[in-house]
Amino acid sequence: MKIKMTVNGTKKVYDVAPDEYLLDTLRADHFYSIKRGCDNSSCGVCTVLMDGKAVQSCSILSVKAEGHSITTIEGHQDEAKKLSEYFGHQGADQCGYCNSSLALTVHAMKTEIKHPTNEDIKEYLVGNLCRCTGYEAQHRAIKLCLEDEE
Amino acid sequence: MEIVNYFKPKTIEEAYEKLQEDPSNLIIGGGAWLRLSSKIVNTAIDLEYVGLNKIKDNEKNIEIDAYVTLREVEKHESLSNLFSGIVNKGINGIMAVALRNLVTVGGSIAGKYSFSDFITPLLAVNTEVVMYKAGKMSLEEFLKFRSKEKDIILKIIIKKEEVLGYYYKMKKTGLDFAVINVGVTNTAGYYKIVVGARPSLAAFAVKAMEYINSQKEITEEVIQKTSKIAIEELKFGTNSKASKEYRIELAKVYVKRGLKEVTK
Repeated sequence: MKIKMTVNGTKKVYDVAPDEYLLDTLRADHFYSIKRGCDNSSCGVCTVLMDGKAVQSCSILSVKAEGHSITTIEGHQDEAKKLSEYFGHQGADQCGYCNSSLALTVHAMKTEIKHPTNEDIKEYLVGNLCRCTGYEAQHRAIKLCLEDEE
Repeated sequence: MEIVNYFKPKTIEEAYEKLQEDPSNLIIGGGAWLRLSSKIVNTAIDLEYVGLNKIKDNEKNIEIDAYVTLREVEKHESLSNLFSGIVNKGINGIMAVALRNLVTVGGSIAGKYSFSDFITPLLAVNTEVVMYKAGKMSLEEFLKFRSKEKDIILKIIIKKEEVLGYYYKMKKTGLDFAVINVGVTNTAGYYKIVVGARPSLAAFAVKAMEYINSQKEITEEVIQKTSKIAIEELKFGTNSKASKEYRIELAKVYVKRGLKEVTK
């Protein structure tokens, strides 16, 4: 079935199966920043923004994104670059597999919560697993980035 | 789950008609748990365009439409101030924000998932479910409700009451399903005790509730005895998460803690 959606500001038409997941549709269209991890909503590396809200693309059918606006890190370069510098300074970066999803999740958090507390940050990032860094450095980097933006 | 066709009706009548067309047709909620099922579905029916996406907050009730996401419920300010926030607390423990942005109220209730962290606190407060054909019934009745004819959940209604609440989800890791979850409430001296993920679906500890609600004073002894009755009457089991014996011990402790918390 043919569905329409906007990806990073560009109108797209995809021919998808009714039970196809958004992760597969977007990766087939070369959006490789969206990673395949657990495939069962546990790790968060497939996170994209749908109408500005973080969603796990491994758990949403492509047909559900019809008529909606999807943002991947390819459409979010400036802000992601800025956050990545803080990640670098705080040693929050190793293999980089989770970085794209983290940057999008942080953006969604900023949109939803005006002045996120430490607890807000922890709660928001609960679904973004990182096998390398142990989360403390990432938490520090995000906090500093948010403080500097304010 | 394998889906052959996908349909987004504009009205509830259209949705209902399509639902009856084929025994395998079903209403799809957020779709987050589809991977848990190996069913083959002829037509998945998505209620996105039906308009079941509002939360109505009035003096007596909070009415939450079936297509509202759990994240929207969790962030609802009025609800977070009610029942010591146990409904929000239950939702907050479900996976990640990015999943709760997808999962709908209707899907979470309709699935009657035994691991549900939404059903347990809702049972502990006064919740009704409104179905398109079967009409309004308590959540407890809904969980037992069986009908040959498939129906559609339209909304849930949570009664606003002065309730002291306690909810605890025991889980092994941050994103895991519950090993056990316990909800306890005190509404003007009337106690409710709900235990879920035993691993079966959440249920009231009826005899324990009868006992504690017949007591003039809630002492340490009464709490101990209530907890004992609860674990004796409820059925517990073993699965990959935990053994029956471990669940019984956990339930005993959390029912006691809950009763103490709501008796303060």
